[in-house]
Parts: sequence; structure tokens; C-alpha cells
Amino acid sequence: MLGLNSRDFRLFLIVCALCLFAPIILNPFPVASSLGESFNAGYPALMQRFVIFGLLVIGFNILFGLTGYLSFGHAAFLGVGSFAAVWMFKLLSYNVVPAIILSVIVAGLFSVVIGYVALRRSGIYFSILTLAFAQMMYSIAFSDLVGKLFGTIVTNGETGLQVYNDDPQILLGQGDPTVPHLFGLEMNSAYTWKIGGWEFVFQNGYYLSALFMVLGFYLSIRIFRSPFGMMLRAIKSNQTRMSYTGLDTKPYMLAAFVISGMYAGLAGGLLAAMDPLTGAERMFWTASGEIVVMAILGGVGTLVGPVLGAGVIKYLENIVSKINDSILHNWFAFMPDWMDNLLVTIIHPFIGKGWHLTLGLLFMAVVIFLPGGLMQLGEKFTALFRRKKTDDAKTGATNPAE
Amino acid sequence: MDAFILQILNGLDKGSAYALIALGLTLIFGTLGVVNFAHGALFMIGAFCAVTMQRILNLSSTVIDETQKDFLGNPLKVEVPYVESWFGEAAGAAIQDWSVPLSILLVIPVMLLVGWAMERGLIKHFYKRPHADQILVTFGLAIVIGEIIKAFFGANPIQTPMPSAFIGTVDLGAWMGFDPGSVAYPTWRLIYFFFSAIIIAAVFAFLQFTTFGMVVRAGMADRETVGMLGIDIDRRFTLMFGLAAAVAGLAGAMYTPILSPHYNIGMDFLVLSFVVVVVGGMGSLPGAVLAGFLLGILQSFASMNEVKALIPGIDQIIIYLVAIIILLTRPRGLMGRKGVMEE
Amino acid sequence: MGILEVKGINKRFGGLQALGDVNLSVAENTVHAIIGPNGAGKSTLLNVLVGKLIPDSGSVMFDGQSVLGRKPHEINQMGISRVFQTPEIFSDLSVFENVMIPCFAKRDGAFRMHAIESTHHEKDIAEQAMAILEDVNMADKRNMIASAMSRGDKRRLEMAMCLVQDPRLLLLDEPTAGMARADTENTIQLLKDIRAKRGITMAIIEHDMNVVFSLAERITVLAQGTPLVEDTPENIKGHPKVREAYLGEAQV
Repeated sequence: MLGLNSRDFRLFLIVCALCLFAPIILNPFPVASSLGESFNAGYPALMQRFVIFGLLVIGFNILFGLTGYLSFGHAAFLGVGSFAAVWMFKLLSYNVVPAIILSVIVAGLFSVVIGYVALRRSGIYFSILTLAFAQMMYSIAFSDLVGKLFGTIVTNGETGLQVYNDDPQILLGQGDPTVPHLFGLEMNSAYTWKIGGWEFVFQNGYYLSALFMVLGFYLSIRIFRSPFGMMLRAIKSNQTRMSYTGLDTKPYMLAAFVISGMYAGLAGGLLAAMDPLTGAERMFWTASGEIVVMAILGGVGTLVGPVLGAGVIKYLENIVSKINDSILHNWFAFMPDWMDNLLVTIIHPFIGKGWHLTLGLLFMAVVIFLPGGLMQLGEKFTALFRRKKTDDAKTGATNPAE
Repeated sequence: MDAFILQILNGLDKGSAYALIALGLTLIFGTLGVVNFAHGALFMIGAFCAVTMQRILNLSSTVIDETQKDFLGNPLKVEVPYVESWFGEAAGAAIQDWSVPLSILLVIPVMLLVGWAMERGLIKHFYKRPHADQILVTFGLAIVIGEIIKAFFGANPIQTPMPSAFIGTVDLGAWMGFDPGSVAYPTWRLIYFFFSAIIIAAVFAFLQFTTFGMVVRAGMADRETVGMLGIDIDRRFTLMFGLAAAVAGLAGAMYTPILSPHYNIGMDFLVLSFVVVVVGGMGSLPGAVLAGFLLGILQSFASMNEVKALIPGIDQIIIYLVAIIILLTRPRGLMGRKGVMEE
Repeated sequence: MGILEVKGINKRFGGLQALGDVNLSVAENTVHAIIGPNGAGKSTLLNVLVGKLIPDSGSVMFDGQSVLGRKPHEINQMGISRVFQTPEIFSDLSVFENVMIPCFAKRDGAFRMHAIESTHHEKDIAEQAMAILEDVNMADKRNMIASAMSRGDKRRLEMAMCLVQDPRLLLLDEPTAGMARADTENTIQLLKDIRAKRGITMAIIEHDMNVVFSLAERITVLAQGTPLVEDTPENIKGHPKVREAYLGEAQV
């Protein structure tokens, strides 16, 4: 179906269904309950992040997963996409279509230039070069060097870029929404379905982002299964053989780099479409690092791994940052006081503002113990389960014969 | 001419820091084959050793001074630092004043220990893993170290004063035959440069004149052969890592009066130091030092007002620009050897 | 006029004259061996032929076109395939994918974006790949990951990857180096079969005399970077100059 084999198609359907029903699936607890306060994730702002970062990491995975080239500056393309989108809001109108189109194009152009230079080297050199480029772009954006050079505003430096009332917005007609919208469909408007103690929020912005993620996911399956994808895996495997087989590795690599840069640009454009302001910090190296963590955690080179990794990290970030000592005390209330206090003291550095510490430790743990990510863990479990099953089947089959 | 010299001098201190970090990175990469993204964190640990030293020296006991009264008429409570009560007031104050240089005594054992723990506990298991894994795990470690520092010392930069004897400038202009006062250079920066030069010289001498250094250099040239000679590489690797950590730590501790340390300082320096290593040529020690100073000086020139008026903000991106140009024209860097990191 | 014409190649590395005035002509549809003691410049010559090294002077013409200054993939596209001393294959890919890739390279050239089509819909490519795997008796292993195979199978696979492109010249760099006796015999047999079935022109750089004399139709002896003699195997065997060059090495 849709040019996919049955296994991939099933996977695709599952991802579609998850995206469609996410507002319900992610809100398993009643709103007012303490579990709901801590663990519910079905509100729009967070779900948007799941799918947008999922999209970003799907694109990153096309580069890192298939070719093995570790880009440490991918957040730069995300940032560029966001800036491009906000500029479209400022110049044209709040319609997201031109914003998203331009964000992809601009990120594509940047990745052609950066890719052309960085891909002259491989391995660690490539990683450092991409990191250097990203830091340079961060510096430029943070101090708005381009703006200063031409005596105007481009990224608006530390303040960040947003839409002001006196911006041209030449296509803005009378009565048009003054928030990002898709031909009148406002991104931040939502339908809330209340049933019992539960509340499910279906938001336009989330569904637009989810649609893009699903499309991006579909495209990545096609790429993975295409001759082009096979060539990229061949580059990862053996570049010498590749060139002695008559294939020019450079354009293949550049194509992969640009595709993944455009994914990042799209994600950046969507972020801006959800919330029409952006700043340089989106391009900082920690943001690039986070993309890598998501990919690794999910499982590099697998199809769903990236989506999974992005979801898990963003979810953990959300709950870990929300938890504080009093919530912990609540949880451990059944324990003796001394044990409760001890546990809270131990956990305290890792929660709330300690999210980055948790992230760093998680990062190390995954690289050390689970280089294949969650997907590998899943495979191990299913393999274990299958072996048991087949063992049972075998004993069942051989016993009567004996 | 004097303005020109002043800019070169201004670049020296930053260049020294780059050179020292890049030297350690290159040593680790050349011998152990590991790309250490946590090296900036080592620089930062060194810097916070200086902060810790300062705090230790300021530890004080409360003494009630019966001879004086506070404004309520009660006997005045006076905080007397332990060093003052032990060594006398004058000597104690002098010791406190010299806390940054004295922190070297703390930095060396701490850094050797940290280096040892890091290599034995983590890096060792990554020798045979792909470079991407090494980058990722050390990157994770760098985040963790940064966050731990933040938990203990807070997120704000911490002022760490230099000894009062070094406050002020040296009039190098008069000394070099220009107009007096034309080239006034902060004393501590001069100290930092000489300090770095001594460390760099010591590292090179160590590699040149000791058997240990000989093995290390041989290892950098051809790791497999040295492994086959049956030399106990493991222990040397550990020591090498400790040494590189100590160099980074010393660079960090002595830099504190120039730039107040904060928990992100490691990563700021690391990114630039990697660029320095790449420009110098991966695996080349002289290349690392040369490129460190070169880029430090270039950055200093780019921050001249005359240059900035021409191209605003060039000082913040000059290093990256130069790195890109050099890599496009000399892909192996200034002094890189063929065959290093070219899988 | 041979298909590969090497004229007056010189190459110095610092003070060392690696190749001195090398002339060589490989005739179409022959197996031409280049032999010589260690350090005779065999590998340097091969690297010149495949575009990895550029000689200081001289010319290398393949079918009337210069090879010099071209990149390895361009030289392959001209019709020269290379078998390496240690098999260079795509270890992480399946055997089938390993042979599909050269088919794509042959059909589509050095670069083409097929990012949307499914690999499985390429019936022609799959047929070609299957045919060559049957030729080298590896059809049953097509779904194996290449790195899991024995060394002999890896060599076989690499051969298949070269042959599926129907090269006009196959360069072999010590194809049996470091192999056990049985593997060497197998490889010789494989090459003989290929020669009999497909009539491909081959240039073999080889150290092992056994291999050379069982395959070659012409032999060039290289010593200290210069060709000593070029003749048929029968004449080479008893040649006094060759004995002299190999003195101290194993007997010829």
C-alpha cells in the first residue's frame, strides 16, 4: 500500500493512529488527579513538541542513521527555519503556508553551503566542522551581526524575533486572524472534549504539525527502502568500495545532508507557526546535542526510533521539570519519614531545574549500555519472548514422538 | 606599530588558554585515539578548584573580641580566618591574597585524580568503540560535570581576584622603546602567558627527554606497533590522561582572574579548542600550540574598534571563518599529518 | 595496441625512485600478470592505474582515453574494476545488496537520486544481481550480512561485485595474499572459470608464483621500479634475469 511493503505500511498506520489519538492516549488520568497533574502529556503545547521534534529527529536520522555522519550542529537549521518563518509573518501575514515553505527553502540553502564545506571531511572532522558552523551561526544570530552590518534588524539579537504591530504584513486583510493560521484556521484554537473527570484537547496546531510529521515519516520510509537509501548505507559501510564501484559519494552525502537540513527547517518553521517568536538560543550547541540524544535514545538507523526518542525525551523533560520536592513527599508518604526524606534528598538534584543533569546521565547511560537505543531494547525483548515461544512449540512437537 | 603589538599581546592570554586545552586534547587523541568532548569540563574543574581554594582559605572561626563593642553594646563577634589564626595576621592575609596561584597545589592532585577516575571508569571502555560513541559519551559527561558544578556553585560567574601585587599593568611600551604608556599590558595576563609557556615547554620536554615521553610519541606515530612491543600501554594511557587533565586544570585555574568562572565556561572553550585542534592539524602537538596562539591573536585583532567598525561582530566569528578557510585550502590543517583520522 | 597502454611512467617518493620509465601494454582478452620481488613497485603501479597516485611523468591510456587525474569512480565508469588485497565489500549490507549496488552504478552512473522508488521494484537490477550470485555459487547466501561470511566467500563476493559490471579490465591486487592453500586453489579456480565463461581482460599483481603461472598468459617482471622482461609464462620461467631479480627470494 502507498508503495510500502506490508510491514512498513503497518508501522506507518500505527504512527498515524498514534498521532491522531494522541490527545486521548496521552491523557490517561483525570485532570484533577495528582497522577494527571504529573503524568498527563496530552496538552497541545507538549504534543506539538512531540511531533515537531519527532520530525526533526526523523530528518537527522536520514543523515546520521544511514550514512553514519554525526552532525553536531543540526539545531542551526532548526533556528534558521524559525527565523525564516517569523519573517514571513512579519512581511506577509499570519498565514503559515508561506512561512513553512520559506523555512524549508532557507534551511535547504544553508545546508547546501554548510554541507558543501563540512562534507569535504569525514568522521570527527565533520562533527567538529558542523559544530563550528552552528556555533558561528548562533553567534551571528545572538548578536544580530547581519542586522548590524546592514544597519537593520534580522534576528533581533538577544531579544529574539517577533511580530510587531507596525510590521508591513502586506497580505494582512481586514478581519484576518492576528495569530498564525492556515487560511483562517487558527493554530491555537482547540476543541475540548470533557467526559467525566477527563479532558481531551484537540488543537489545530497540533494536528497540522502531526500531519507534517506523518508525511515526513512516510517520506523517510520511502528513502530508507529506496536505492538512494541503500547507497547511503553503503557509504556508511565502505567508502573505498563505493568509489571503486563507480559511485561518487559526495553528491549522495550532500543530498542526504540537505534533505535532513530541510527536515530541520520544516520543524523550525512549525515551531514558529505554533508560537510566532524565536531566538538564537534555539541554535545553541545544547539544542544540537539534544537532537543527537533523541536519535540515540530511540535507536539510530531505525524507522520509528527517532520519533520514539524525541517523544521520550520531551516527555521526560516535561515531567521531570514539573516534579518538585512536595510532589515527591506526596509519593513517598507511605514510607517512614526518614526514608521519605532520604529519598527526596537523593532525587532532589535530578528534578525540577536538575533536568539537564538527568539528561546528561541518561545520555551517558544510553551510549554505554544501550548503543542501539530503545528499539534495540525492544528487539531484545521480543527475541526473548519469541525464543521462549518457539522453545515451547518445539518441546510440544517433539514430546509426543518420543 | 605600538597598537599592533598591543593587539598581539592581547591575543596571547586567550591564545595561551586555547593552546593549553588543545594540547591536552591532542595528547589524548594522539595516544588514546579518543575524542574527548569533556576536556572543556576539565578546564572548568580546574577553574573551580581555584574558587574552592579561595573559599577554603576564607574559612573562618567566630571569635568574640571583648575589647570592642558592637552598636548594641554587646561584645563584637569577629570572623577570623583560620589561616590568620594559624600563621598570624599578616602572613594569613598574604596567603589569602595569593589564593589563585596557591590553588595550583590543589589543582594538580585533584586533576590527576579526576583524570585517573575518568580514564579508568569511562574512557577505557570506549577505546574500541566508534568515534561517534566517544564524542557522545564524553559530551554527556561534560553536561553532567557542568550541572554538578552548577548545583554546588550556582549559575552565576564567581569573581576570583588575583594577588594584589599583580593588579595593574606593565608598561611594555616604555620597555620596548615606544612612548611610555602606549603599550600598557595587564600584569596578570603577562603572568598567564609566561605560566602557559612554562607548562607547554614542560610538556614538550617531558615528551622529548623521558623514556615515558618517547613511548608516548612513538604511540602517537603508530599506535599498533607500540602495542605490539609489549609495553604496558594501559598504565601509561591512564597517566597520559591524568597529565592532559592536569594541563587543562592548570589552564583553567590560572585563567579565573581574567574570566570569572561559571558552569558553562568549559563548553565555550571546548568548541573553540576543537576548532584550534582542527586548524592546527589533528594529532600534531606543535600544530595545536601554534594554532592556539594564532587564533587567539587573530581574535584580538578582530576585536579592534577599527576592524569592528568595518565588519561588526567579526571578533565573534573570526575563528570559525579562519577554520573554514584553512580546512578548505589545507584539509589536514596547518601541521597535520597524512593518514590521521582519515577513515 | 592493447586496451591498457602505460608509457614512460616515473614516480618518485622523496629520494626513492618508486617507478622508473615503466612501459606496459595489456592486450584485450588476455590475463596479464605483473610480478616482482617485494618493493619492486607493483603496488605503486596499481595505484597509478586506478587514479590513487598521479605519476611525475608518463601516460596511462585506457582504450584511447587518459586515466591520469581521474577519480576512482570515474575510472570505474570507464570500465576498470578492481579487486583488493583484502576484500573490500559493504560489510553491513546483505550479500544481495552488495551486488545490487554495482548494478545501479553501471546503469545509472556515478550519481542519481532514486530516493522515492523502492529497491524491490527494480526487477532488471535484481535479475542481474541474482544471475551473478548464481554464477559464483552464492545464491543461497543472498540474505546473509556480508560481514558474517568466511574470507573465501568475501573474496568471491567482491569478484561478483566487479564482474556484474561487465568490466573491460579487471585489476586484481594480490587476490590470494594471506590465504590458506585451499582458499588459494579455490580462487584460482574461480578466476579460471570467469576467464573461460566471460573472457574478461585481467591484470593481476601477484607475489605467489603458483597463482601467476596457473593463470597468466603474459607476464611482466618488475624489479626496482622498472620492467625487466615481458614474455609468456613458459619463457619467463627459465629467464636468467628473472632468477637474478628473485635471488634470495623463494625459488621460481
